[in-house]
Amino acid sequence: MSNTVIYAVYEDPEQLKDGARKLVSNGIKVKDVYSPFPVHGLDPIIGIKRTRLAIVAFMFGIFGMSLALLGIWYFNIFDWPMNIGGKPSQAFYKNLPAFIPVTFEFTVLCAAHGMAITYLIRNKTLPGMPARNPDPRSTDDKFIIEVRTADNHGHSVEAIGGLLRSTSVFEINERHY
Amino acid sequence: MNFTFSKRARTLTMTLIGVGLVAAVVGILGDHTDHHQRTWANLLVNGFFFLGISLGALFFFALQNATETGWTVLVKRIFEGIMSFVPVGAIVMIVVLAAGSAHVHHLYHWMDHTLYHPYMVGEGAAAEYVDEAVQGAVANPNYDHLIAGKKAFLNQPFFWLRSLLYIAVFVLFGRWFRQQSLQMDKETGDTLVKRHLLNYRRSALFLVFFAVFSSTLAWDWLMSIDTHWFSTLYGWYAFSGMWVSAMVTAVILALYLKRKGLLPQVSNSHIHDMGKWVFAISFLWSYLYFSQFMLIWYSNIPEEVTYFQQRIDHHPMLLWGTFFINFAIPMVMLMSRDAKRNPRFLIGVGSVIFVGHWLDVNMMVMPGALGHDFHGIGLLEAGMFLAFLGVFIHTVLTALTKAPLTPVNHPYLDESVHHQI
Repeated sequence: MSNTVIYAVYEDPEQLKDGARKLVSNGIKVKDVYSPFPVHGLDPIIGIKRTRLAIVAFMFGIFGMSLALLGIWYFNIFDWPMNIGGKPSQAFYKNLPAFIPVTFEFTVLCAAHGMAITYLIRNKTLPGMPARNPDPRSTDDKFIIEVRTADNHGHSVEAIGGLLRSTSVFEINERHY
Repeated sequence: MNFTFSKRARTLTMTLIGVGLVAAVVGILGDHTDHHQRTWANLLVNGFFFLGISLGALFFFALQNATETGWTVLVKRIFEGIMSFVPVGAIVMIVVLAAGSAHVHHLYHWMDHTLYHPYMVGEGAAAEYVDEAVQGAVANPNYDHLIAGKKAFLNQPFFWLRSLLYIAVFVLFGRWFRQQSLQMDKETGDTLVKRHLLNYRRSALFLVFFAVFSSTLAWDWLMSIDTHWFSTLYGWYAFSGMWVSAMVTAVILALYLKRKGLLPQVSNSHIHDMGKWVFAISFLWSYLYFSQFMLIWYSNIPEEVTYFQQRIDHHPMLLWGTFFINFAIPMVMLMSRDAKRNPRFLIGVGSVIFVGHWLDVNMMVMPGALGHDFHGIGLLEAGMFLAFLGVFIHTVLTALTKAPLTPVNHPYLDESVHHQI
């Protein structure tokens, strides 16, 4: 079965939101939206789930904290206790305040890098990966809704096109796969 | 929509004041410390804590003007309400400080004038204290060369000049901001924008004053209790405590008013953002608490470490407990987005943090003010807290009845109504 992808190009984020609202209220599933900047309030309209990146960041943070504490314990308490300025160094908990800055930094390092790298992998935008943008103008001043017929079996290409033309759309492009 | 002081709220505040006063009076009768030191120290703790909340609100209000923040416009009346406590808290502080100056109590050791002179002529109450070894002079046993070295800053005339200047600046700016805010409700168009820009400039000016005074007032009113000791970031530490208490108070008040249907346009997004402030400023406080502690603990210099030595040896629960309550609880409990959007949860965690910062002020004042006479939180402490809380709530709610809770006009009102995150 042939799959047609419809790209509805808008010139303004508010018009885009109206268009998306109209599609969704007519039972059409929007595959994705391409825009030069994040459009406020768009996610709930087209039914994008909230990102789980925060949970990932938290887990990376916990990982970094554990690793830092384990490392400090091994280096400074277990393997080679050092007498720095007469500080107690035989017990981990007695030295803990001195270890907090390092632990904090390492937690932040792991959380930030882990979050950024996860984001790039999940979006398939690591450096060198091919661009998946259907229309380069969406990186400049156009806002594009992508609708796939494979997701919308109850609706013909013409019906979707007609619906789109009733909104303040700038142009409509189709591509077949 | 105007807020009316409901009968239930009135009964609640009166009960708080009543129960608090009874407990406090019972506590005061059992206060056998020298000069009723414990009673005065409690007045200082609560006076400072609640004045601090209102100063935190005043600061945040000015910050919103100076940064031209849009989303807080819908909740600005709440901050104006909290600000209305500044004069009341200031009066308590003046009473406590004046009693110290009149030697009614001895919280501020440096107010003893005999500490400053190396020599004395004569004995007992008739003794004269002199700086030079004149004829007939003997060494003054009370002489404290460390405190005498701080005379340029810690002397009564300069102290009073500073204290009254702080209070005058806070009270005058607070009144002025409130008047301007009420005036804006009656204006539109160019006059409104002009007034907004005037607010903007005055708020920036206020922040300059506040930046200095928030630090120096903490040195003067709290840090000088432990006269020998000093810490350069003490002022910011005290200030961050004030700020986070103010944000907690504001978010609880906003949820209370929203629940009564008086803030129909304040959405989950506003509450979420206020929750974020509580979360963020809790970390500012934790950062400063820990920085002060860690550097002093690590360098372990006798003149610095006494402050923490005393607290670690005699009041470890208070020292570590405040850090746990004010750092770990907001960190774990308020991290997720859902937690900051759940009213009951936010009120619960907020109340715990509120009490946590009151305990923090106790930790700052009590060991230095009472020494071995301080035995943790008792009936007197709890009673005084409840009575002050009652007066505070009463003052704030009364101020809230006096103007529409939703501002009528403000250049950013529309932006605030459509705030969405």
